[in-house]
Amino acid sequence: MRRDVAGMRGAAQLPRRNGELVFEEPWESRAFGLAVAAADADVYDWEEFRQLLIAEIGAWESEHGHDHNERDQWRYYARWLQSLQDVLAKKGVVAPDELARRVGELEREDDHAHEHYDREGAH
Amino acid sequence: MGHEHAHGSYEALRVKALESLLVQKGLLASDAVDRLVAAYEQDIGPLNGARVVARAWVDPTFKQQLLEDATPAIRELGIGGLEADHLVALENTTDVHNVVVCTLCSCYPWAVLGLPPSWYKSPAYRARIVVEPRAVLAELGLELEQTVEVRVWDSSAEIRYLVLPQRPEGTEDLNEDELAGLVTRDAMIGVAKAKVPA
Repeated sequence: MRRDVAGMRGAAQLPRRNGELVFEEPWESRAFGLAVAAADADVYDWEEFRQLLIAEIGAWESEHGHDHNERDQWRYYARWLQSLQDVLAKKGVVAPDELARRVGELEREDDHAHEHYDREGAH
Repeated sequence: MGHEHAHGSYEALRVKALESLLVQKGLLASDAVDRLVAAYEQDIGPLNGARVVARAWVDPTFKQQLLEDATPAIRELGIGGLEADHLVALENTTDVHNVVVCTLCSCYPWAVLGLPPSWYKSPAYRARIVVEPRAVLAELGLELEQTVEVRVWDSSAEIRYLVLPQRPEGTEDLNEDELAGLVTRDAMIGVAKAKVPA
């Protein structure tokens, strides 16, 4: 194990104090809550999600190696979200193309809202 | 246009899309995620674990029950639920220091400690605490005597761990609530000691 990983920054940095951020971005807490709520509602079995998460994290780490420069890109909840998509696809609940369509719809709504806001703001 | 979104918002859209689809399909109540996130952010936190530790410090019978079988013991304090089953309490002594990691996926006793901090989930912590725990603990500000044995525990689907830190000296006059105030999340993961009263 390389010793210089102690100098890492960002998400891979080691703990220095209590009260550190639990979520780095707001969508991370939604992704956390969604995965737990869906398991609570028996959409899938928690262990099924967890196994996909382990595989997803393992795949990311073997692809990016243990080179800490790459680890700056590490984002736990990105792997979490991917595992959530995978488990929902695997269970036949949300197919990838269905998700892509809904993302597109939300994106258009979002853009429209921004344009509207820009026009309002220009007054 | 969509490709110009700031970093993170693509994930935000995907999460929103998944949630709206599950609600639309009738699989999830529309406020289920709100309720869950609020519960974890406001009600469930390291304070649950701190209450457990403080009780163990003042009540030898409870401490014995906790070390023998932690899950029913904490249920007695009204703590249970997701990731609190199969909980094992590890006692720190003058000779043994315990520290917890999940090398595979960052399992964590959420019901007892709330949500894990970002560093707990980092590849650096997960990999290094296993191979050089003393060095990692020292970097975190916890210097242990060479005579202290360090034990690293890897959480799994079957078992979650809670470290029972040593009660600090000079706390004989404190009550249970005051003692709980000395118990940090990091102390219950095993990367720090309980705070010394000011």
